[in-house]
Parts: sequence; C-alpha cells; structure tokens
Amino acid sequence: MTTTSASTSGAGVFDDITASDSSLRRFLHGLPGVDQVGAEARAASLGTRSIKTTAKAFAIDLAIRMVDLTTLEGQDTHGKVRALASKAMHPDPADPTCPMTAAVCVYPDMVATAKQTLGSSGVKVAAVATAFPSGRAALDIKLADTRDAVEAGADEIDMVIDRGAFLSGRYLEVYEEIVAVKEACGDAHLKIIFETGELQTYDNVRRASWLGMLAGGHFIKTSTGKVQPAATPPVTMIMLEAVRDFREQTGQMVGVKPAGGIKTTKDAIKYLVMVNEVAGPDWLDPDWFRFGASTLLNDLLMQRTKMATGRYSGPDYFTLD
Amino acid sequence: MVKVPERATPFFEYAPAPESRSIVDIKASYGLFIDGEFVDGHGKSFKTISPSSEEVLAEVAEADESDVDLAVKAARRAYSRTWGRMPGSERAKYLYRIARIIQERGRELAVLESIDNGKPIKESRDVDVPVVAAHFFYYAGWADKLSYAGLGPDPKALGVAGQVIPWNFPLLMLAWKIAPALAAGNTVVLKPAETTPLTALLFAEICQQADLPPGVVNIVTGAGATGQAIVAHPDVDKVAFTGSTDVGKAIARAVAGTKKKVTLELGGKAANIVFDDAPVDQAVEGIVNGIFFNQGHVCCAGSRLLVQESVADEVLEKLKRRMSTLRVGDPLDKNTDIGAINSAEQLAKIRELSEIGESEGGERWSPPCELPSNGFWFPPTLFTGVTQAHRIAREEIFGPVLSTLTFRTPKEAVEKANNTPYGLSAGVWTDKGSRILWMANQLRAGVVWANTFNKFDPTSPFGGYKESGFGREGGLPGLAAYLEGDR
Repeated sequence: MTTTSASTSGAGVFDDITASDSSLRRFLHGLPGVDQVGAEARAASLGTRSIKTTAKAFAIDLAIRMVDLTTLEGQDTHGKVRALASKAMHPDPADPTCPMTAAVCVYPDMVATAKQTLGSSGVKVAAVATAFPSGRAALDIKLADTRDAVEAGADEIDMVIDRGAFLSGRYLEVYEEIVAVKEACGDAHLKIIFETGELQTYDNVRRASWLGMLAGGHFIKTSTGKVQPAATPPVTMIMLEAVRDFREQTGQMVGVKPAGGIKTTKDAIKYLVMVNEVAGPDWLDPDWFRFGASTLLNDLLMQRTKMATGRYSGPDYFTLD
Repeated sequence: MVKVPERATPFFEYAPAPESRSIVDIKASYGLFIDGEFVDGHGKSFKTISPSSEEVLAEVAEADESDVDLAVKAARRAYSRTWGRMPGSERAKYLYRIARIIQERGRELAVLESIDNGKPIKESRDVDVPVVAAHFFYYAGWADKLSYAGLGPDPKALGVAGQVIPWNFPLLMLAWKIAPALAAGNTVVLKPAETTPLTALLFAEICQQADLPPGVVNIVTGAGATGQAIVAHPDVDKVAFTGSTDVGKAIARAVAGTKKKVTLELGGKAANIVFDDAPVDQAVEGIVNGIFFNQGHVCCAGSRLLVQESVADEVLEKLKRRMSTLRVGDPLDKNTDIGAINSAEQLAKIRELSEIGESEGGERWSPPCELPSNGFWFPPTLFTGVTQAHRIAREEIFGPVLSTLTFRTPKEAVEKANNTPYGLSAGVWTDKGSRILWMANQLRAGVVWANTFNKFDPTSPFGGYKESGFGREGGLPGLAAYLEGDR
C-alpha cells in the first residue's frame, strides 16, 4: 500500500486504459461478470449475522459517525439547514458522549448556511452538485455548480454521473466529465453518484465503480435518493468488492457511500457487517464509509439510548430536524 | 482515494450470539421407537455426545436383531392393516401434518441438530430444517396422485422399507428417506447414525404428535450391526442407504440374489470447475459453500477445485481472503460459519489424509483461527499444487479440506473432473451459457450445478454415477424408487 496525494487522477498505471473510448470500454467490459443470483444470495447471507451487546454498541456509534445527515428538498430553507447542522453536531442533546455525524449534505445554495452553523466543529459540509439529481445539464453549468459550492465552503462534493452517456456506452465522456468536476473541486473531496437504480445491472455497477475510481473519485456512492431502488445490500456489496480490488491493484483506498432507503439501525448494522467482511476492517471509518440518510439517525439514537438504559423511549424524546 | 489509514483501525468484534438451548429437552435416556411406542431394547445402550464439547447428551438403546425383527414386524402389520390400505388422500393428510409440525417445532429441531451433530445453527436453521419440511410437503402432494406419476394406472407400494442414514444431515436424510416412502404407501424401519440419533428420536415424537398410525415409522438406534440386521432382514422389501461407499458395497453384496430393491447414495469427490470467464466473486462464494458448508461433511461437496490456469492466482488469492473471514466455533452461535467435526473418528481421518496431502507435496494453507480446546475441530484448509496422482485428489476426505488443481482447456477440465471412481456432483462456473450445457453433457455426475453449488430442492432428483451409488432420491424418480409400476 502506498500513499498517494489526492490530486493524482487514477493510478497512473491506468493511463493506457483511459487513453481512448475503445480501450476504456475494453477494460470495463473485461472486468469479471457478476452473477446476479449469487451476489444477492451472498448479500442476504451477510445480513443474517447477529450483532449483539458490545458489538451492537460499537456498531451504533460507528454508524452515527458515518452519517451524512441529508436534506435535499425543494422546500429547504436556511432555518431548516441550520437545524440540521445543529443536530449533526449534537445528535443527542441529552447525551454528550454521543458522537457527531460525519457531515451534513445539502444543495449548493445552502452550503454557506451550513458552514456558518457548523464552524470548526469537525462536521463536514457536503454539497450535491452537477445538476443533481438528473445530471442533465451542459458541462459548463455542472462545473459552475460545483465551483459555486466549493467557494461557499463545501468540504465534499457529491456529483452525479451522466447515466445517459454511461448506458449508451460513451464511457470516456463520463470519465472526462468526472475528471473535469474533480478539478473544479480543488481541495474538496469528490463523491461520485452512479444512481445504481438507473444502471440496473450489477455488471454496470461494477463498471461504473471502476470508471469512478479510475477518474479519481474519493468516494463512490450508490444513489441520489430520488430514484427507486436506491441503495441495496447487493449493489453496495459490488461496490465494496470494487474498492477492495482497486486497492489490491493500486494500493489506493476509495470510500463507499450507500444512500437512500437505509432507515433502521438493523439495516445500518447489516451494511457495517458487509463492509467488515467484504472490503475489510480498514473501511470501518467515516473516512471510508458513509451513510447518506436522514431518518436513519433518529433510529440509531433510539437504539443507542435503549442500549444504555435498557428501555425504548418514545420518538418525542429525539429531535426532529 | 487519499491515504491509507495509519492508526490502528477499530476492530468490529462480533459479540457471542448464542441460540438458547432451553427450547430443547434432552432426556437422560432413549429407547427404540417401535409400533408407535418408545420401548426398551434388548441390547446394550450407547452414549451420544456433543462433538463441540464432548459432553454426553443421552444414553441411547442399541437395537439388536430381535429388536429389529420387532420393528420390521410392526412395520409389516402397519403396512398390511392400515397404511398400505389407506387412500392416498388420507396418507397425504398425515404427511402434511408432519410437515407443519416440523415447521412449528423448527427451532427446537435446529438447536437439537446443532447440539448433536456439531453443525452451525445458521445451517440447521436456514437449510436443514426448512428443506426437511419442504420434502414432507412435496411428497405429501404426491400421495393421492400416484396414478399420474407415469408408472402405470395403479402403481403399488413395495411394502416395508429398511433405511439406514448417515450423520452428516441426520434429519434431512431422514426426510429424504421417510417422506417418499410414506407417500407411496410403504412403512419404514429407519436407523439413524450412532453419533446423531437425537433428531430422529424427536421426529418419532412428532409422529406420535401427528397421530401417525403405529408401526408406520419405526426408529431403531444403533451402530453397524443394527444396520446389518435391517438390511439382512428377510421381510424387508426395499433397502435404502446413504453413507460410505465401503458400507454401500457391503449392502449391495448382502442384498444380491434377493428380491429386495435397493437405493444407494454413497461418497463423492466432486469437481468444482472455474473457467476464466467466471463471475469471480460468486465463484469464490461457491467454492467456499461447496467445501466448507457443513464442515465439508457433504457427500456432494466440491472437494476438488479445478481452476483454469489463467485465473488460478486471482481465484486462489480471493479464496484465501474469503476463507480468512470464516468463523469457526460454537455451533449454537448464530455467527458461526464452520462448526465441529462430527466425531473423533472422522477428525482422525481428516487429519490423516491432510498429512498425507502434505507429505505427497501438496501445499497446505489455513487461515489463522483459534480452535476451541474441547470437542473435535479442524480449520478450513486449502491445498494447492495438487495433481490427479495425489491421494487427496482421489479419496473422499469428508471434511473442510479443499484440493486445488488447474487445467488449461475445457476438454482437460472434463477429463480431470471425470477421472474419479465417484460421480455424484459437479459445479461449473462460467458466464458462457453454451459452455455450461456442453459441460453438463460431458460430466459423468448425477448433479451438475451451474454458477451455484450445494443447492437442494425436493423436486430435483439427486444421486450418483459409478461408486457414488445408484437410484435417485428427490423428485419423481425419488418417488418411483418406492413404487412398483406396471408400465
């Protein structure tokens, strides 16, 4: 394993692959296939792990630290974002030992507000950019969207790929767009959203994962949360296999973020088991694994309180953001 | 893709998650189940132990020849007076009832199976017991439809079936034997393996609970001599055996020249064949499932990995990483992947063959894993650099030991896969559908799995070529094995 600076795109050794559309296609289509039945069976069997007592307490705190607390609504206001940011810093006001979430995730025009509230708390601000969620805009608009968010103080950019280009096989176009967005990110970290619900097949998920990693993404992310299905265990597992294999070949680590539809502690723990056993324990860290979620946090908090007190509290004992 | 963490990463240690034993009630001693009652045997008794702790679980009666004779007589009476005359639709009701009770008492059966056999609770809970219930449901459906089984207008039951089953899937093998026999109108005398009698005895209680007429199912416990007495009994019309090839040959000799029909399901040395275009991650899962499922105590286990040379390194590297995540230990812990070896005798055999594998030049590897101090344990083990000339490539180890060979062309894969005295199962891993069909035609194995392994379904026949036995269990052929047609 080597340490590589974030500015390098891809791994150098892959320059030949990304030299032309045809070489990139050859590479992506040469990746081992995914057997749908087998992949789903494996993901389901990982879901049967029984995580109890100390392991559950560990998993809940880790999951809280991995949450990208998200609001991506047309009806978002500055007040709503301020409330969300406060919650990210103090998820459980009654318990100071409760960890902070990893980040808040908002639209670019809300970045400044979030940043202001979060200050130097350590909670990051992530902004969705590049004409989220559809990605249907001209490249210069996507880049402007990105720069706007970064200038407002975003630490992380969650971009969407051009699914239309991907599905019609114009892989190099997708690649070059990611590279351009990454450049516009400057020091901000880049998460690449595939919208796996639109890519449909697991083979496509694996190809998109490699495409994103070759283009230099810091994170690969399943979904916008605006399309169903959003994150699923098998899709996340395929992406975890991809980052694991990428590190085997290059020594570089890429993070994974399932987003959308993860609502319960039970679900979150299943994902952590999957991270642990598929990618490996190195990924059990907010630097390398995140949950894109909103309602998940309160369920984690309820379970956390239950672990500590032995009793379930009603939902009114947890803040609504 | 920034940096690789330098600090020690937190360790996600799974806390113990044991399934409670309180649901099972193991008696201090068990008699024989003959004619609907538990009776004392005339012979000695033997102890059954938990292979994960060596704790004595119960004393079990050892049936002698006179006990077997009583059981066969009871079965004969039940056949001629009640069960054999009962309309199929009535027999079906009993079988459905048994199937439902198995589901209702599923947790109890699963826990007891894991205690007595050593297999992980997740397997007894998620595989064994559900498939057991599925077999009874499936054959219950046949009971009133025998005229439509393609065996002539009115196929007849054979009479009394003597059945001897192994210790690797105690309850599942019981279901494979009893469900079709009863659906077809036969009565049975069944002997469970001496190391795993408890779920069969609980099944006897289930027969009582279901009000099954006395004598339809008789369970006689004991060792080899008891099995011989069943096989040799002159009033047994059908012998069904699952177990080792050596015992199977002895049975074949014992029934030769008699009118007894016989089904033998014996050993195997299955090839799991991975081509270079295989879905690698799923193939690795299939290899693991093929050989480490049930501690490798599976007659159709994929104990020979044949991997195409061009992807051998990649596959083996991924396999080793996957093997490192296997959790070996307490069978009742819900997170255990590999439980205990069933007996000291079997453990000694696995150790001996593994040592032979090493001395013959195979390279042996196991992930670091801590084994409990009591009980019988063997780590998941991988041999590389194995050739067809090695004993571990030819003999059935019946444990969590995988022998890896390579091949260059599909033809070579077929030759190597078929180059064994056995022929029970095989697995093919490739993205190419046409190759799957071609391979399935070439492989001399009763079951060929494509891009999966160790999948069992009551509708699918199962059985072997060559020294893996003859006759089929499961599906329509499994029913026909208990019927006399007049086509």
